[in-house]
Amino acid sequence: MTPRFAPGVRLQEDRARGRWIVMAPERMFVPDETALEVLRLVDGARDEAAIVDALAARFDAPREVIAADVRALLEDLVARGALMG
Amino acid sequence: MSLDPPLALLAELTHRCPLRCPYCSNPLALARASEELSTEEWARVFREAAALGCLQVHLSGGEPTARRDIVEITAAAHAAGLYTNLITAGVLLDAALLQRLVAAGLDHVQLSVQDATEEGAERIGGLKGAQPRKARAAALVRAAGLPLTLNAVVHRQNLHHLPELIALALDWGAARLEVAHVQYYGWALRNRAALLPTRAQLDAATRCVEAARAAHRGRLVIDYVVPDYHARRPKACMGGWGRRFLAVSPSGKVLPCHAAESLAGMEFPNIRETSLAAAWAESPAFTAFRGTGWMREPCRGCARAELDWGGCRCQAFALTGEAASTDPACALSPHHHLLAEALEAAGTEAFVWREHGAAT
Ligand code: SF4
Ligand code: SF4
Repeated sequence: MTPRFAPGVRLQEDRARGRWIVMAPERMFVPDETALEVLRLVDGARDEAAIVDALAARFDAPREVIAADVRALLEDLVARGALMG
Repeated sequence: MSLDPPLALLAELTHRCPLRCPYCSNPLALARASEELSTEEWARVFREAAALGCLQVHLSGGEPTARRDIVEITAAAHAAGLYTNLITAGVLLDAALLQRLVAAGLDHVQLSVQDATEEGAERIGGLKGAQPRKARAAALVRAAGLPLTLNAVVHRQNLHHLPELIALALDWGAARLEVAHVQYYGWALRNRAALLPTRAQLDAATRCVEAARAAHRGRLVIDYVVPDYHARRPKACMGGWGRRFLAVSPSGKVLPCHAAESLAGMEFPNIRETSLAAAWAESPAFTAFRGTGWMREPCRGCARAELDWGGCRCQAFALTGEAASTDPACALSPHHHLLAEALEAAGTEAFVWREHGAAT
């Protein structure tokens, strides 16, 4: 899948509180560190494999482990209405 | 006590509006166009709001698109890093304007609807031909790929159309419907006898919302809160005075709540004279009812003091003449009977539209 943000949803820096947040109409949530790494790579062009590649190049972990994490995260973010696949 | 930064800014860009809703939350003394902040002044407000900790701005009014610089204003809010929500009656939106707003960074649109039928909407909003223009605005928003929230203010004269309002939200492609009961200060207080719903209307509305939520799960989210006049405990108005939100009026007054100008005698800081940060942290208007230190009996020491913060200051003032009273929506308030009496006295058809000079 090639994830992109759902309409009206975006990742936004919360400078005053030193964190990033996912802003959606009438709600917001604070992604954990792993989710934030994935969300930063969501641009509507990169597909899931490309996201896994980008993370594998940066983090010292087996590709299968990263792929499984990314899959679970993307599914969760889609279920929460933040992303569409 | 450490001071939390605000989460959202309500930017009331203008009090001008082609509609004349009898419950409009604008003050009885409407600001004139000549008093309005400039584009550059708003840009400064947005930058200061973002630096202070606001994440979101509601571009509101009056009718925000009545400002000729609404695109520049939206761009400035976006450039400041704020999530931008346009709160509009929709009658001035056309395809070209919406396209420019989207290009400027608009994130979300909240469209008001006065009734489900054309006649009802015209009677309440006071503008001929409003409903088809709103329908078109909704279609444009959807076509632009923006999420749409429909905001229906409900009261005695349109609650019987709630099922049709829900159908309209589905038909117009809204992802969210806010069913908002009128709040009684300012214009709405003036028109209270025509707007207060009966208990039977309220119970029917609650059942209707519950059924619709179940029927349209996954397609339409419905926001709905029981109105104060039929409640036994008040709402945490604005999440507490000076705790989460701030508003800036068309002429630059910094307000803890959009209705705060109804508090006669209270002086508000103006962004033409001060920074938003100073207004938030130390102005007498913001510190007056922040926290719990200002509370009297029965709020003082009450277990719910930090849950509802004593309710709404504007409602307390409107009904008791004292902003520091317990909100009469609370059954523990010695003034709670005023609500039952107002309900008892309600039941007229006639109301006045909001207009310059109509309040007197
Ligand atoms: S409540 Fe009605 S009159 Fe007031 S700003 Fe909104 S649309 Fe205009
Ligand atoms: S007494 Fe005051 S704090 Fe207690 S429930 Fe009523 S309004 Fe809230």
